[in-house]
Amino acid sequence: MVDLKIKIHNIEFKNPVMTASGTSGFAEELMDFYDVSQLGALFLKGTTLKNRDGNDYPRMAETASGMLNAVGLQNKGIDYFIENIYPRIKNYDTPLIVNVNGSTVEEYIELTERVNELDKIPAIELNISCPNVKEGGMAFGVSCVGAEVVTKAVREVYDKTLIVKLSPNVTDIAEIAKAVEAQGADCVSLVNTFLAMAIDAEKRIPLLSTVTGGLSGPAIKPIALRMVWQVYNAIKIPIIGMGGIMNATDAIEFMLAGASAVQVGTAIFKDPFIPVQIVDGIKDYLERHNLKSARNLIGALQL
Amino acid sequence: MSKKAVADFYVVANTPLNSTNFLLKLKSTSTLPTFKPGQFVNVDIKGTDEIFLRRPFSIFEVDYNENTLSLIVKILGRGSKKLTEIEVGEICSLVYPLGNGFTIPLKGEKVLLIGGGSGVAPMLFLAKVSETQHDNINLLLGARSIEDHVDVQKYAEYGYLHFSTEDGSLGETGFVTQHSIFRNNLQYFDRVYACGPDAMMKAIAKEAKAANVFCEVSLENLMACGFGVCLCCIEPTNKGNLCVCTEGPVFNINDLKW
Repeated sequence: MVDLKIKIHNIEFKNPVMTASGTSGFAEELMDFYDVSQLGALFLKGTTLKNRDGNDYPRMAETASGMLNAVGLQNKGIDYFIENIYPRIKNYDTPLIVNVNGSTVEEYIELTERVNELDKIPAIELNISCPNVKEGGMAFGVSCVGAEVVTKAVREVYDKTLIVKLSPNVTDIAEIAKAVEAQGADCVSLVNTFLAMAIDAEKRIPLLSTVTGGLSGPAIKPIALRMVWQVYNAIKIPIIGMGGIMNATDAIEFMLAGASAVQVGTAIFKDPFIPVQIVDGIKDYLERHNLKSARNLIGALQL
Repeated sequence: MSKKAVADFYVVANTPLNSTNFLLKLKSTSTLPTFKPGQFVNVDIKGTDEIFLRRPFSIFEVDYNENTLSLIVKILGRGSKKLTEIEVGEICSLVYPLGNGFTIPLKGEKVLLIGGGSGVAPMLFLAKVSETQHDNINLLLGARSIEDHVDVQKYAEYGYLHFSTEDGSLGETGFVTQHSIFRNNLQYFDRVYACGPDAMMKAIAKEAKAANVFCEVSLENLMACGFGVCLCCIEPTNKGNLCVCTEGPVFNINDLKW
């Protein structure tokens, strides 16, 4: 019997397979297909203090082995979440993690304080890496100073597990990871989407209303994997790896590169069952390789 | 019992209906749920890295005895083009059932169902399951030319068929909104339904609004997931930006900002 459990900070997860924010709604949407308690955790759709309508249509463009999105953090705001969604999902038998967004440091603090009141939310994912909003978002995540300021401010008001989601749109992601670790982050998750664009040559127009958007899917996997490896070699806190994971082999590669857990994102659009299949696939892999625990995979790359 | 599923179907027929539309008939190995007209399936298209996402198709026909469902696939881009090349016996993965579906016409209600191009698919499905009787159902089908019309003569058993073509090669000449059944007496109908190109539906919605007639339209936006998590297929409505895949694809025109 293999042990799939992993621990990040003070939370024990039943397995290392989680869903990425913005790809699994508020968990209910996946419940239409299966019981989400089979998953390690769910990272809920990016939430802000106030309602956001998001960007104009079109917000999506298919690209080779992936897609661009420019959703722009559409959500109904934290009050709506607390009053309407949280009561329906809070008893799901797996950790639910709120993805926290702001356009100013004050907004990050206020939102974090609101989420802190929710007993059944054991952690937040601080999103300093959304490429699709005009203010805040990625602006904080692309400099060490910006990342430090937000992380420090949120750390001061939040005692539960603080995960910081990093942007890949930087010169050296390891430096940003070190900066947030120094300010008290308990974990980093990486990577968010890559700033990218797509054009309709016949019409000579961009395919997204915002011109640029975030690239995700298998197209980014090798770069994301390299970044996880670089960060693993630079910091001591645990890493949640993501970027184009489509199957158990991909997930295992991220763990070998140093991730303690993985998030499955864009793959869910293709097939919502992929995260569940990855849980089974990791189990099979561990049995096949005579490994007792999923923890044996973390950073186990042989050089 | 889960409300939605992902399952492999077998292709039992892939028949060209005309130069751009194909009838794809798929058989399931498990029992099909009851589909509502206007609902859709999201189809995985294999064979190239350029096609990463599934493609949504409205349901045209369901045969619960045979365990089959049929889609009309119109070639619009690389995904639909590739799907028309699939062969009988091949496996095709579907996510289903998706979307809300049309309001089913009740007994005695007079309805006008308007389909443009491949938009005829959900209209014919709606005519078939409608609770109102044959004489109350009028199907108005529009296309550019007679060659672009899908053969729908067998649907005469569900209601009166009316045709329009832009070149006058079948039925009345012009757009569906210029057809006499639409022009002359829109208020005669209790309900008007439409599926087809945006410009067609917008023109219909404008007239239906002016005549104060109940009208539902089925929208078609670019989608990634089809079940409400990616928030890509949004339509601006009076209730904010809504996902066409879960809050639609069928919308009452009064909710739209048209």
